[in-house]
Amino acid sequence: MSMLDRKLVRDVVRMWAQVLAIALVMACGVATIVIAVGAYRSLEETRTAFYERYRFGSVFASATRAPLHLRERIARLPGVSGVELRVVRPVLLDMPGMAEPATGIAVSVPDRGEPAVNRLYLRTGRLPEPGRPGEVAVTEPFALAHRMEPGSTFTALMNGRRQALTVTGIVLSPEYIYSIGPGDMMPDPRRFGVFFMSRTALAGLFEMNGAFNDLAVRTQRGANLRVIVDDLDRILQPYGGSGAHDRTDQTSHAFLDNELIQLRAMAAVIPPVFLFVAAFLVNMILSRLITLEREQIGLLKAIGFGPLAIAWHYAKLTLLIVAIGLAIGALSGNWMGRSLTRLYAEFFSFPFLIFRQSLDLYVIAGGVTVVAALAGAARAIWSVVTLPAAVAMQPPAPTRYRTFFAGGAAYLRFLSQLTVMALRHLVRWPVRTLLTTIGTAMSVALLVTALFSFDSIDFMIDTIFFQVERQDATITFGQDLSPRAMAAIERLPGVMRAEPYRSTGVILRNGHRERRLAISTVPDGADLGRILDIDLKPVEPPAVGLLVSERVAMLLALRVGDKVEVELLQKDHRIETVPVTAIVQSFVGLAVTMRSDALDRLLGDGPRVSGARISVDTSSLADLYRAVKETPAVASIALQDASRQRFRETIEQNITIMTTVYTALAIIITFGVVYNSARIQLSERARELASLRVFGFTRGEVSGVLITELGVMVLLAQPLGWLFGYLFSWSVVKGFESDLFRVPFVINMSTFAFSSLVVVAVAAVSAMIVRRRIDHLDLVRVLKTRE
Amino acid sequence: MTPPIFVAEALTKVYRSGDVEIWALRGVDLELFEGEMAVFLGPSGSGKSTLLNIMGGLDKASSGTVRFRDTDLTACSENQLTRYRRDHVGFIFQFYNLIPSLTAWENVSLVTEISRNPMDPGEALEMVGLKERMAHFPAQMSGGEQQRVAIARAIVKRPEVMLCDEPTGALDSKTGILVLEALSRVNTELGTTMAIITHNASIRQIAHRVFSFHDGRIAEAQVNEHRAKPSEVVW
Repeated sequence: MSMLDRKLVRDVVRMWAQVLAIALVMACGVATIVIAVGAYRSLEETRTAFYERYRFGSVFASATRAPLHLRERIARLPGVSGVELRVVRPVLLDMPGMAEPATGIAVSVPDRGEPAVNRLYLRTGRLPEPGRPGEVAVTEPFALAHRMEPGSTFTALMNGRRQALTVTGIVLSPEYIYSIGPGDMMPDPRRFGVFFMSRTALAGLFEMNGAFNDLAVRTQRGANLRVIVDDLDRILQPYGGSGAHDRTDQTSHAFLDNELIQLRAMAAVIPPVFLFVAAFLVNMILSRLITLEREQIGLLKAIGFGPLAIAWHYAKLTLLIVAIGLAIGALSGNWMGRSLTRLYAEFFSFPFLIFRQSLDLYVIAGGVTVVAALAGAARAIWSVVTLPAAVAMQPPAPTRYRTFFAGGAAYLRFLSQLTVMALRHLVRWPVRTLLTTIGTAMSVALLVTALFSFDSIDFMIDTIFFQVERQDATITFGQDLSPRAMAAIERLPGVMRAEPYRSTGVILRNGHRERRLAISTVPDGADLGRILDIDLKPVEPPAVGLLVSERVAMLLALRVGDKVEVELLQKDHRIETVPVTAIVQSFVGLAVTMRSDALDRLLGDGPRVSGARISVDTSSLADLYRAVKETPAVASIALQDASRQRFRETIEQNITIMTTVYTALAIIITFGVVYNSARIQLSERARELASLRVFGFTRGEVSGVLITELGVMVLLAQPLGWLFGYLFSWSVVKGFESDLFRVPFVINMSTFAFSSLVVVAVAAVSAMIVRRRIDHLDLVRVLKTRE
Repeated sequence: MTPPIFVAEALTKVYRSGDVEIWALRGVDLELFEGEMAVFLGPSGSGKSTLLNIMGGLDKASSGTVRFRDTDLTACSENQLTRYRRDHVGFIFQFYNLIPSLTAWENVSLVTEISRNPMDPGEALEMVGLKERMAHFPAQMSGGEQQRVAIARAIVKRPEVMLCDEPTGALDSKTGILVLEALSRVNTELGTTMAIITHNASIRQIAHRVFSFHDGRIAEAQVNEHRAKPSEVVW
């Protein structure tokens, strides 16, 4: 080992606390890259592999009842490589040991052989056999939630009949990686499940022999999906086709896409924060080290070391810090990335998990960190290269200070000289002061960004469950019924109020912009299902026209008064023109609403209802559940309470994890910035502070100078951090916005307060650690040496 | 004769560095009287700075006692020593130790913030002949000027003693004389007791008494029958 390398190792050992503080900040950057990019890749590759191996479809369509002989026509469409015609029906389930009815989707599988599209992964058991009508294969999450295994039984209400079902196998489907019940906001495998029956059995139960109502198509690479969608619409039009669509409108796929977008946003926003702070810290300690070692550098140059050799010496110090940071970051990132991917696997139903931590990921993370650190070190190292040996051996010129303003002394009479010392030092090094402040502000911003989502989601839950969807339960019928059905609903036990609604699939078109969505209705004078305007005030739907949500208005560039084309998917794709009468608020899905009678007129088939929102006397819930399980017309029932609870549980679990992780990250940044900053100030000012002690200032008064300085920066960092946090959060809200969800942008004061509290507390602890050093200053030694 | 302001008896100081013991003071007895100007002479390592530091409450003795009036400094706690420095002692160092971020006036004013009966900072600066340079930062002043600011800073709180460690050590003779004049003036006009450490034997001429240090002991104490004025000193 060369002598310079020995010096390097000893320097690192001597400055271990500062080195570690910087390495930890770097480690956070590396870890977040590894976690976010790693999880993104794992999720993406797992999904792709599952799709490929199990032939996930790329175009989907449904119809009321179409003959099976259409298969040949569809298969001949250019670009189509596989066709699966199925029977798919929503059903009500009576699960053992569960009072409330669950809802399920029954999907047919071919009697013989595997489906051409959307194949099933068989976890255990076997697929149902055609000769046995009661046999089903259930999806894994549903099976786990009810502890079902092959041989378990449950009951379904199928086409008005109670049908006993026996589980033969447990499966996973690329179509239901993310499965969510009607009216729910989060997956709840206890109350919602998918099961598969042989085609003969299911068609027999629903009188669909020789017919299908749902199809999935697999296409060749490079096929024109748009053309296939149009062709399918044409083929299915006579059979009540309700519009074909590609994967973007497939629920499970869209949710996964959403998750991937979020991971990408995380990878783009968070690691740069750490890398920026790390670069700044490297700059700070390296500049100081070089100032302290000025004479040594002069000496090294004098005895013949070239400037590059000395620059390389300090670059190596930087690289050594990077190496420590990289090691910590890679190990913890790998570990946390694995945990996160496992969490994903639990949340989404994948049969297998590809956790690929390829080397290139670490090379990228390492490369980015090295570049950031060297960028931070560049200026300090350059000063080594350019410093002439003779000058280096001299002590540096004394630091020049300036008064704040011309004649500023008058203002300063109000301040003690100790405060003036602190303030002048801050102003003397404005870049460092600014960067320290920004670094600390980043911690605050990080916390605000992590925590605001819970304020927003809280607000969203409150709005959705207490102001918009105020019913206790939503009942969906198997098909649209005459309004007379409402009488039966009102007679159900415990029902205090029932409001009918109707829902119909449409394509909304404005010029070249279009969107597939559903128009739903509220009756005149609705109290359970309400509509809120942009300012969240309830509005009465007008007698004509559409109320479109902000998201839809944005996507289709609609303004109040615009005429929009409505293609009625369930009415032979008839096209009508309807005015937009209001733009309203909605956080979930693509909401478009009309008054019931207006939609009935538009559809032209007289008054019909698709379901009802009901409010219920909670003491009669058990009776209601029993009655619903016996009511053939009901296809599903969504319980608001259960849905809200599930939503909260999932969110709260996330809260705990997120708060812990982000608090830890913010602590690391704050500590890294404040501790290093304080150490450097102490190193620069040891002599001044010792002088003060000699004059008779107490330890408290002397540390007060440093603490005032840190305090000013930490305090300035708070509003700046709130501002950054506000902007980051806003970009997060915008980044996460999708057709499925929109999170309202709400940050509570308590979030700002908590974030600041954490950062100020950590800063105080860091300052106290440095204060101990001030208390132990060796007065005599410091004063005897020349700066 | 006035009672002594400082009394040191059998004072020793041992530094331990690893396994080595260094005897900085090997039993020093000393009395300094009010208004006296004493010069400590001697080679490096002879113990004069150690004695000064102990008298100033910056360091602790290993054995023996030092009394400042009725206070036994060797028995004081850290906080009591801070209090003692704050109320009674003015220090002057070879390298001035001004606060670079404060102007001359502010450096002096700094000390008035913690003193019980300070003079006006401007008055102190006037005494050292620097009234015109009040608004300058240390980096804008010569070494001699900086040292005179340090003197103004030491006297502004009207200390009873001033302890000066090589006050002219970093200065040329011309500026050194200006500094000595300032010190001498303080001694005469304010009656401040002074102990001045120096390597420079010429400075002995301005003192009342001269103590020569050798190997941790006072080898010789000499009374100046005829004190020279600072302007008469040549080196």
